[in-house]
Amino acid sequence: MTLKSLTLTAVVALGSTAAFADEVRVYNWSDYIDEELLTKFEEETGIKLIYDVFDSNEVLETKMLAGGSGYDVVVPSGTFLQRQIQAGAFQKLDKDKLPNLANMWDVVSSRTEQYDPDNAYSINYMWGTTGIGVNVGKVTEILGDDAPMNSLELVLNPDNMSKLADCGVHFLDAPAEMIPMTLKYIGEDPDSHDPDVLAKAEPVLTAVRPYIQKFHSSEYINALANGDICVAVGWSGDILQARDRAAEADNGVEIEYFAATEGAQMWFDQMAIPVDAPNPDAAHVFLNFIMDANNMAAASNYVYYANGNKASQEFLEEDVIGDVAIYPDAATLENLFTTTPYPAKVQRIVTRMWTKIKSGT
Amino acid sequence: MRRFFLIAVPYVWLLALFLIPFVIVLKISLSDVALSIPPYSPTLDLSAGWQGIKDFFAALDFENFIWLTGDDLYWKAYLSSLKIAVMSTALTLLIGYPIAYGMARAPEEWRATLMMLVILPFWTSFLIRVYAWMGILSNEGFLNQLLMWTGIISEPLTILNTNTAVYIGIVYTYLPFMILPIYAALERMDGSLIEAAEDLGCSRAQAFWLVTIPLSRPGIAAGSFLVFIPALGEFVIPSLLGGSGTLMIGKVLWEEFFSNRDWPVASAVAVVLLLILVIPIVLFQRNQQKQAEADQ
Repeated sequence: MTLKSLTLTAVVALGSTAAFADEVRVYNWSDYIDEELLTKFEEETGIKLIYDVFDSNEVLETKMLAGGSGYDVVVPSGTFLQRQIQAGAFQKLDKDKLPNLANMWDVVSSRTEQYDPDNAYSINYMWGTTGIGVNVGKVTEILGDDAPMNSLELVLNPDNMSKLADCGVHFLDAPAEMIPMTLKYIGEDPDSHDPDVLAKAEPVLTAVRPYIQKFHSSEYINALANGDICVAVGWSGDILQARDRAAEADNGVEIEYFAATEGAQMWFDQMAIPVDAPNPDAAHVFLNFIMDANNMAAASNYVYYANGNKASQEFLEEDVIGDVAIYPDAATLENLFTTTPYPAKVQRIVTRMWTKIKSGT
Repeated sequence: MRRFFLIAVPYVWLLALFLIPFVIVLKISLSDVALSIPPYSPTLDLSAGWQGIKDFFAALDFENFIWLTGDDLYWKAYLSSLKIAVMSTALTLLIGYPIAYGMARAPEEWRATLMMLVILPFWTSFLIRVYAWMGILSNEGFLNQLLMWTGIISEPLTILNTNTAVYIGIVYTYLPFMILPIYAALERMDGSLIEAAEDLGCSRAQAFWLVTIPLSRPGIAAGSFLVFIPALGEFVIPSLLGGSGTLMIGKVLWEEFFSNRDWPVASAVAVVLLLILVIPIVLFQRNQQKQAEADQ
């Protein structure tokens, strides 16, 4: 190879890295989008889309705090987003590049401001509640017709739990959701950061611990749908997916989702752009694409989670917009609560308590 | 010169793949947690010159190691991991030794095939094999269905999400690592030694205990280390097959790193784990050396 052709190869190689600039790398939750939207994005914009998935906020946060993740768009939940903004992990959105921001819904954006003031760093993707998934037939059989299915009594009262144990109960392996829920049950402030108040959740959870088959944050979808378990504390959309899988399988399992009447936690998954994103321009194009009313509606129709996009609502299917488990009515909405991130010292206490509840040590 | 290079190769290997990563982890274990990228401080600021290096070392301390002594979770997790690792090593030895012995005694033309069968599971991803065990051991799984069909049990046994499932997973996964070194040791053994022992009045069992076992000891030792070391820090098997009550140091490490976002404490846990592993290995090697000297 002569020197000249060598230079030429180098130039060609450089040229091809420039071409790589036209790609966008998105890191989203698993089972969280209609995959047809991904092809549609590539066709409409000509930008190559690389789509990866994760299944826990902790994994995402570790990547963000380590830096150099290589992603252009990531989807942390509200409390995690807030802490990562404080750590300097994200860049401010260039709102001039996001004309579809006009589609967003003030009911949601006013709530996400507590994590991200002025929504300067993020847009809402989906939101939902944490509640109870029930195998209606089996629970009625065990606890009778007046089983408190829509109440935390079902999962936090040892009397009910001891009867349900044989049938199988799963809890989320997420202390930041289970502890606020328990505090709400005993009438404390669910968003308390006071170690003395937090400690009050421990005996309540320890009392029902012997009756919990597993703490896991995704297995309950299949377990509920197959009829392996009777009750799961989980995320709204996941339980609704279990409901649909059971209905499709036609296996006689009927699943229903309840946001507890005592009050349920409301959470938000937000799309944001890492501070070291290789291609922030393409990231903005992706965010704008997602905020398109039709696209957002397609995503919600597919995953059964509500979104923060007002304009998309007219394109939502009736079994999504009309389902109070997905889009709660005004009274339920009033009853939902949100939480804020624990400071590092409190986080340590919470994790330790959670380990103790789960393992007895 | 040539000799120098020959010695340099393992040392460079050790430096690049063990010592440097260890120093990085040790450094993080002496830092403090911080809300920043990366999530600990201090970070080495070379632009500040000598003063920067001095400040950096001044900010390091052993606080995180002291923290580990303050909570019994860590000791319980280390002990429980040790127990699981020791028991699994003993089980793989009990199961693996007869298999290796059988392979070494098999006719020569079969040995390659038998060896192949031991290695064959590695052709499938480790993760998929562990998932397969979830399917076998679950309440509606193959094992329970088989046992109920044969009428041995009437209620399904709960195996998945218990420590029993963890033992099954570890023994299954690491069995080949036990079989192969023992097989290598037994295959090299001179068969006439057994004949000599029997000529001198040993029964077959005595010959096995007095000749075969001692001669295969290097294989047993190598196999035991190959099983014990990864089993001690195992994370995937207990998190997939174990229950919430399975306490292992790998899971504690994960929680420190991901749930608490406390890289310094996570690194301290890792350093202690390494020390727990290194001490028995060093003792073992000393013992081996002494024996080699005594033999001479």
